[in-house]
Amino acid sequence: MSEPSLPQFNIQIGNDLTWNVQPILHEIRHALRKLLETGESSIIDIRSIPLAPGEEETIIDTLGCGEVHAKLNALGPSEIYETRFAGVWLITHFNEESSIIGRFIEITRFPDILKSQHEDMTIALNQLEQELEHGSLSDQNETDAETNT
Amino acid sequence: MTNDLSRKDKTLGEALRSQGISRRSFLKFCAATASMMALPPSMIPAIANALEKARRPSVIWLSFQECTGCTESLTRAHTATIESLIFDSISLDYHHTLQAAAGHAAEAAREAAMEENNGEYLLVVDGSIPLGNPGYSTIAGISNYDMLMDTARGAAAIISVGTCAAFGGIPHAKPNPTGAVSVGDIIKDKPIINVPGCPPIPVVITGVLTHFLTFGTIPELDNLGRPKTFYGQSIHDRCYRRPFYDKGLFAETFDDEGARLGWCLYKLGCKGPTSYNACATTKWNGGVSFPIEAGHPCLGCSEPDFWDGGGFYKAISMPTENITKTTIYAAAAGVAAGVAVGATGRMKKASASKAHQKVTIDDLEK
Amino acid sequence: MTETELLTWVRGPGFQIATIIFVLGIILRLFEILMLGRKANLAEPKGSEMSSGLRTVFSRTIPDASTFKRSAFTVTAGYIFHIGLFVVIFLFAPHILLFKDIIGFGWPALPSTVIDATAVVTIITLVIVLVHRLRDPVKRFLSTFDDYLGWFVTILPLITGYIAFHRIGMSAPSLIAIHILSVELLMVVFPFTKLMHMFTLILARWYNGAISGYRGVQS
Repeated sequence: MSEPSLPQFNIQIGNDLTWNVQPILHEIRHALRKLLETGESSIIDIRSIPLAPGEEETIIDTLGCGEVHAKLNALGPSEIYETRFAGVWLITHFNEESSIIGRFIEITRFPDILKSQHEDMTIALNQLEQELEHGSLSDQNETDAETNT
Repeated sequence: MTNDLSRKDKTLGEALRSQGISRRSFLKFCAATASMMALPPSMIPAIANALEKARRPSVIWLSFQECTGCTESLTRAHTATIESLIFDSISLDYHHTLQAAAGHAAEAAREAAMEENNGEYLLVVDGSIPLGNPGYSTIAGISNYDMLMDTARGAAAIISVGTCAAFGGIPHAKPNPTGAVSVGDIIKDKPIINVPGCPPIPVVITGVLTHFLTFGTIPELDNLGRPKTFYGQSIHDRCYRRPFYDKGLFAETFDDEGARLGWCLYKLGCKGPTSYNACATTKWNGGVSFPIEAGHPCLGCSEPDFWDGGGFYKAISMPTENITKTTIYAAAAGVAAGVAVGATGRMKKASASKAHQKVTIDDLEK
Repeated sequence: MTETELLTWVRGPGFQIATIIFVLGIILRLFEILMLGRKANLAEPKGSEMSSGLRTVFSRTIPDASTFKRSAFTVTAGYIFHIGLFVVIFLFAPHILLFKDIIGFGWPALPSTVIDATAVVTIITLVIVLVHRLRDPVKRFLSTFDDYLGWFVTILPLITGYIAFHRIGMSAPSLIAIHILSVELLMVVFPFTKLMHMFTLILARWYNGAISGYRGVQS
């Protein structure tokens, strides 16, 4: 992120996790247990909880990075990755100026926003049919298409 | 803005998709909106559902005695995508600063929108209304008061954006030379939502509009007509510097050790304890910071008469008048009165002993 | 009147009016007492009036053994709530700011959690003291409206202050305004009730010491 750096406050000295950080981590723990036992997903809006400067970073650093990393390009970029704890995903939405507009911790097998959407697939099918029948992918252009690939 | 958007029979979802915005983008938009409106993230599917099917309401925006800060706040670049999306999803039929039309054409557009959507359009007002002399603030020769009364007639609801429209704001501060009043002081027969702040946080403005689109109703309001979602908590209750207040660690000046360590700004006049707004959680400029985090005490700008609250740098526990002077004058008067009353007492005592009067229990009761 | 207008009023003209009545009233009452004077004592002084008087002002802070045995409860409870009042009023940071604004200087504060606990102890002690006053037949017989009024205007700021600090019930501006208003009530009532003992106790103790010292006996 290219935001100007805020002056560093000595509020958190050392590695001690302070007031809201521990409760959020415990909430993730309970949500992950619920996911394992009942299959029910949960989602935490990390921006709705008052956090001192540095505490949000502490939580994200603690969660770390896992095996999956996805980048969305929808109304600005979004970063989605599975943390080092399987089932715990961090989703950060940015707008086109790279400012954060939402940050969620989703405890789920697979975040909904990564799934392809029904309406988008309907439009995509129409588009594909159009292009196969009349457009760039139609039989008339097959030779050109083969040469180009 | 494509022509498709101006077709009012499209739902919001359809309108966005016709603009090339995928449903996945729409879901991202709903997630960001839920976060903005401080709704639990579990509600995102419900919000998506509601917004998908919402019809685009007509919105008429009237600007009266204002500095245009509220419009500026709303249209600034930072989170332009989301705000402009919401803006695009309403049909903004009239707005002085943003509209292309001018003169008679603009007024005609307003009247056409009012007639077409009679009883259903949203009226947004920023700026106070001067009652001292209608000539203080006019648009196209029409006084603010007349325009408000005329336009409010067919409105479904009124949103007073900014402290000026909600409570009178700066023009209302002593001695109020223009006789400025708030929208709520004039209109009594329509639902009014106050969205105060000087200016309000942009997402709060759009959050209220989004609430309409999602739920079709007015959000729950507090005793000053402000949506509880954004104004239900005081700055003090959500401030990250609260542990310092509780421990009694305060900054004494703007550049001392305490200020550098980020201690509580109560002594510098912070009005956080008596101010209700979303600054401490939602913050400003896309969540970057808010005044207290930047080291400046809260002004209380979302409260009525915050300009007359005794000074921005006077702590809440300090009196607003000069009590030292009052004490000295009162002491002087007390001495004078005391001498007078004491002398009377002595005279009474002298005459009583002369007349050999007995001392009774009542005399000792003093 | 909106709650903000109320808060601005109690911080402004309200506090001014209360201060005038408070200061003027106290000085007036003190002059009333002092100017009555004493009958001239024509006996030969056997000791110093002033030194015995001044000493007694401080020595009477510690009750003597027999007084304590007779009213251990009253003395102990009294000390607890008086010290509690002192701590809550003079050692709480926002209050110190108020004094700093009036007299020009402040002093260090105690942590707010300590003040909070002290306020609770003081309120409870005041309630116990009232119950005792109502149940003890002698005290009940001697108690007048003045006594109960004094108790009421003393406990009210403690309770409203506690509620304002913890923000229970109404919105913050109203709670703080009510607290300041209750203090203003205390201030206007003070000079005309037994609460004047805050100043007259010094006169009374001095006088007791003085007359004993004049006669050359211990006070």
